Amino acid sequence: MWIYEKKLQYPVRVSKCDPHMAKLLIEQYGGADGELAAALRYLNQRYTIPDKVIGLLTDIGTEEFAHLEMIATMIYKLTKDATPDQLKAAGLGDYYVNHDSALYYQNAAGVPWTAAYIQAKGDPIADLYEDIAAEEKARATYQWLIDLTDDVDLQDGLKFLREREIIHSMRFREAVEILKCEREAQKIF
Amino acid sequence: MNPEVRVYVPFRGPFDPCPPIGVKTFVTPPNLFIQFQPMGLPQFSPYEALRLGTLWPDLYSNYYPR
Repeated sequence: MWIYEKKLQYPVRVSKCDPHMAKLLIEQYGGADGELAAALRYLNQRYTIPDKVIGLLTDIGTEEFAHLEMIATMIYKLTKDATPDQLKAAGLGDYYVNHDSALYYQNAAGVPWTAAYIQAKGDPIADLYEDIAAEEKARATYQWLIDLTDDVDLQDGLKFLREREIIHSMRFREAVEILKCEREAQKIF
Repeated sequence: MNPEVRVYVPFRGPFDPCPPIGVKTFVTPPNLFIQFQPMGLPQFSPYEALRLGTLWPDLYSNYYPR
């Protein structure tokens, strides 16, 4: 069960009217390394992972949904006031024909989200390594998104999200260490 | 104004990046308001019906681009 707080994890400001950026940001909404894939991956893998790291997957999976809301807010702000002509001019004509300006889980190239993006192998090490890789890929995606906009307010939100990927990766790496039992081993040097 | 069009005003934030679009619209076509088509509705002429896509004026709906 979840308790919903009616606010974003970090304030989202978008200052430049640039609907084309929405087309790029959607990669983190419904792309292979996006927030939806991350949230669903962790909240599903947690059932078959050793007890010590279940809580970590629950917490991070929940936070990914908070990130999903932030990305959705960015995309919505960039497209909510655009006319069909403006969307077409921003390269979103093919998007408009299927979704108007509604949000949809797809990547920047228009490929719809699929469960094939995520895996639950049942092997704790394999699953955690996938999670680590996913965090690093999401971090890289945020970097490329920051490269593609000159809106400093949008960059600020994206930099927050990028930093969270770094922290999540760190925590997953620690989870692997915990499962290796190094933490309990008495080391005498 | 097309009577099939419904209008609502989306929330406008103080920091929205783009100039406001004003109102959002959507269409409520006539089939929504006919639960079960009754017998003996008035009909277009056969030639008009071929052109418009329906035999019955009650079910005819034009679309005006945004």
